[in-house]
Amino acid sequence: MSQISRRKLITGGIAAAAGISSIAVAGALARRHGLIPPDSSGIYGPGETLTYAAQRLLTRHSMAREFSRGDISQNPFANEVAPLGDEFNRIQAAGFADWKITVDGMAARPTAFSLAEIRSFPTSTQVTMIGCEEGWTYIAEWTGVPLSYILDRVGALPQVRYVVYRSIQPDWWESIDMADALHPQTVVAHRMNGTDLPVPFGGPLRLRLARQLGYKNVKYITRLTLTDTLKPFGKGLGSSSPEGGYAWYAGI
Amino acid sequence: MNATLPIAEGDAVRAAAVPAATACKRHSALVRATHWLTTLAFLALLLSGGEIVLSHPRFYWGETGNVNMRPWLNLHLPSSRSTVPTGYGYVLPDQNGWSRYLHFQAAWVAVATGLLYLLWGVFKGHFRRNLVPRSFKGIGASIIEHLRFKRPAAEEAWSYNVLQRITYLVVIFVLFPLMIWTGLAMSFGFDAAFPLAVRPLGGHQTARSLHFIVTILLVLFLLVHILMVIVAGFRARMRAMITGRATPPTE
Repeated sequence: MSQISRRKLITGGIAAAAGISSIAVAGALARRHGLIPPDSSGIYGPGETLTYAAQRLLTRHSMAREFSRGDISQNPFANEVAPLGDEFNRIQAAGFADWKITVDGMAARPTAFSLAEIRSFPTSTQVTMIGCEEGWTYIAEWTGVPLSYILDRVGALPQVRYVVYRSIQPDWWESIDMADALHPQTVVAHRMNGTDLPVPFGGPLRLRLARQLGYKNVKYITRLTLTDTLKPFGKGLGSSSPEGGYAWYAGI
Repeated sequence: MNATLPIAEGDAVRAAAVPAATACKRHSALVRATHWLTTLAFLALLLSGGEIVLSHPRFYWGETGNVNMRPWLNLHLPSSRSTVPTGYGYVLPDQNGWSRYLHFQAAWVAVATGLLYLLWGVFKGHFRRNLVPRSFKGIGASIIEHLRFKRPAAEEAWSYNVLQRITYLVVIFVLFPLMIWTGLAMSFGFDAAFPLAVRPLGGHQTARSLHFIVTILLVLFLLVHILMVIVAGFRARMRAMITGRATPPTE
């Protein structure tokens, strides 16, 4: 073996060691700063982690684009939903007077709010675009109670890292990190384009978050759970989406 | 350039078995590695992108578009969603979950590979030396030769002709950056931080349409690229891009 190849071997070894240890350090740092998504295992984990981490580093506080009222879509598309079930139909027949949203988990004052209470809370209004992972979009005006207001009201504990939210449809539940939960454009929406939120669009209550795709904007929400870990929920992948093969983070 | 292989004395035995003239450097290791990594990532992106398009095979201009609106382009393909009026009596199975996971993972591979290639190419003078056309003389003759599928002269195995140079430069510096730009412009999270990524394009749906159009251009490039490799000698060109060596002109 000549001198050159030995030198190459040594520098190559040092470079490999530096590479491996920097990946390890980056991994530890990422975990500490909450940059690892709950569905980071499996063959698509590396890409998913890079996407989530990059977007969290670049976009943590950025606001989704707002449009003017003139941009509101004349023909929004509600998409199809699975049959809503007897319980929903019964509550709907009574004008949603009995609709409740339960907030539990790591809260000082877990509470079940009636729809009337939710409607009496301070609101924020946004004209933003919603997009489906299929590729289609529409623009609408949403009005709702900022999720951060509800978290304040129930006394969310400081160690809360995720909010899990559930639809009355049993197989549809999602979760978001605090960057999205405390974001000013994340609201429990109860109005759309100036009327009560229509049922096809998620009425009476839909979790609206402007920086993620439609499937994270769960319709007919009935429960919010505040937690510091997603492990105990479902298969521990963060939401029903990864269990069905879709990414937990849908900012792209 | 690089027309002779430096032979160390210790390699004399091997050199005797393989005459030096038949094994000369054509493509550097980095060009070969990034070429095949890009190939892999591109095929993954194409397959997964095609699957995603099938869930809504219609394209719009501007910010918004959905089945209640008129598309500028309807591919008239069967769809993986029952909500899309396709005229077909069936709905394809939903493949969007893994397709989206794979699409973004392959995009990271493509972008990382592209950055490495770009930095190396600038640093080593690869673009200046091998890709920027030396002169545009003979471009007309070259176009005619290409259209006649004329097998290139032996010395062309050592360099790129002017048409190749222009095409590669357009693919590397126009089409790939456009792909990345229009792809990022469709991300709601990215647009929130960088609204200028989508506004100058004309909107979210315009970005999606352009992403599709540039895909078509890249697929056209790929088909012509493969055809030209076959015309020029498939085995020799594949060998050059895999082993890095090629047979020099025999004069």
